[in-house]
Amino acid sequence: MVVRVRLRVDPIKCKAHGMCGELFPERIRMDDWGYPIIDPRALSDDALEHARRAVAECPRSALRVDPIDDPGARARPDDPD
Amino acid sequence: MSVSTEAEGTHRRLLPERAVPEDLDAHLGGLGPRPILESSAIIEALEQSGLRGRGGADFPTGVKWRAVVEHTRRGGEAVVVANAAECEPASFKDRFLIAHRPHLVLDGLEHAAEAVGARRAVIYTTRSHSDVEAALRVAIRERRRRSDTERFIDVQVGPNRYVAGEETALIARVSGHLAKPRVVPPRPFQRGVDQLPTLVQNVETLAHAALVARFGAAWFRSAGTQRSPGTALLTVSGAVRSPGVTEAACDTTIGAIVDRAGGVEAEPAAVLLGGYFGRWVAADRIWNKTIDADALRSVGASLGTGVLVIVNATTCGITETDRVLTFLATQTAGQCGPCHVGLPAIAETFHKVAVGRARPAALELLTRWSNDVRGRGACRHPDGAMLFLASAMEVFAADLRHHLKHGACRFSSQPPLLPVPATEAGWW
Repeated sequence: MVVRVRLRVDPIKCKAHGMCGELFPERIRMDDWGYPIIDPRALSDDALEHARRAVAECPRSALRVDPIDDPGARARPDDPD
Repeated sequence: MSVSTEAEGTHRRLLPERAVPEDLDAHLGGLGPRPILESSAIIEALEQSGLRGRGGADFPTGVKWRAVVEHTRRGGEAVVVANAAECEPASFKDRFLIAHRPHLVLDGLEHAAEAVGARRAVIYTTRSHSDVEAALRVAIRERRRRSDTERFIDVQVGPNRYVAGEETALIARVSGHLAKPRVVPPRPFQRGVDQLPTLVQNVETLAHAALVARFGAAWFRSAGTQRSPGTALLTVSGAVRSPGVTEAACDTTIGAIVDRAGGVEAEPAAVLLGGYFGRWVAADRIWNKTIDADALRSVGASLGTGVLVIVNATTCGITETDRVLTFLATQTAGQCGPCHVGLPAIAETFHKVAVGRARPAALELLTRWSNDVRGRGACRHPDGAMLFLASAMEVFAADLRHHLKHGACRFSSQPPLLPVPATEAGWW
């Protein structure tokens, strides 16, 4: 089975440095205050490469690539995923 | 407020018979001793009962208990926490329940501790609810005197901040940290208090669970609907003759609940349902809806923490929303940018609209910003605040345009209706 993954930001760690948006604007846009808004869709293999670069460059280590089907992440019925 | 047991749809399960605290003798005299059940038996009963969490999330209680049990088998120990924080300013039902029937709540907590195999049972309240803390300590002493087999129940007191009653904030505080929310996962059932699988349950939910343990799932389902079985405690306030806490089966209409709170003096205009994370709904759309979850969802609402605030046409919904939104912006834990930078910006812009000092583009900006901050906090504080705002902009759309153009309306100077508590300085 192929594990589908996506980008996630830890909103507590993120301090709006803005690196991720510059490195991967296709999936990360910035809000009016400089905090990233992440496209929640699954990453293709090509996109994954860009995503990994953005993850590596985040000065706060706030960005990560997560499997979409994390059972803990879907434990609440009101979760958007 | 007075509640007639004869009235249609009235079910008295949690409300006290008398307006005094029920001591252990009265509690046992009324309900008999607490049955000791196998973990699997009570969890099955809860699942069959259809009981859902009454702290606002409406999550199935049996599923929640089972998740903790399944995670505990691997590690061994678990923790249960009864959530009596009740940080929702317009809600009094949890405090009312503890003040009158502390032993029913504590029975539920002990059932939960037994079911998940928790050695540690905690009941968490906030500093401003000192009456709750006192009532709990008296009740716990009474139980300890009666028997040496009862487990140690620990009372913990946190700050009265809006998000301090959120599950992960509560877990942080009980674990010895500041009462600020944390990023999930891990969910509480995975890693909670002191990294142990943790069950956090609202006190009303625990009281219902204690009754399911005694009388069974079928009895529980004898009130309410298929989707929302049982009864719910509600705090009814605003433009009603006798505001207070009441209890209603979940097939009772909003109109009937308001009648039980003495009815309204003037034509109702709107209802705030669910608290400050809830939604405004036009009165005529919701009056004949029951508090069943599906019925409420059909008008975009949910029962949340059981708060109903009725406003009539002489209350300015924009001014009320402005005050509450400003309060919610001050209640951010200051951790996540979209919340602690976004909410104050949104509240300030809405305030400018309310007093007529905003540019016409402000409404578009508010809509965009409120969409942008949703789902981007560690907890649901920005989401809840924005649901509240979006519903106000919809229900009071005509008033909003008036304010944008002319500033305050003739009802803006009315005394405040929605309570906004003073903010505590710390997070401990």
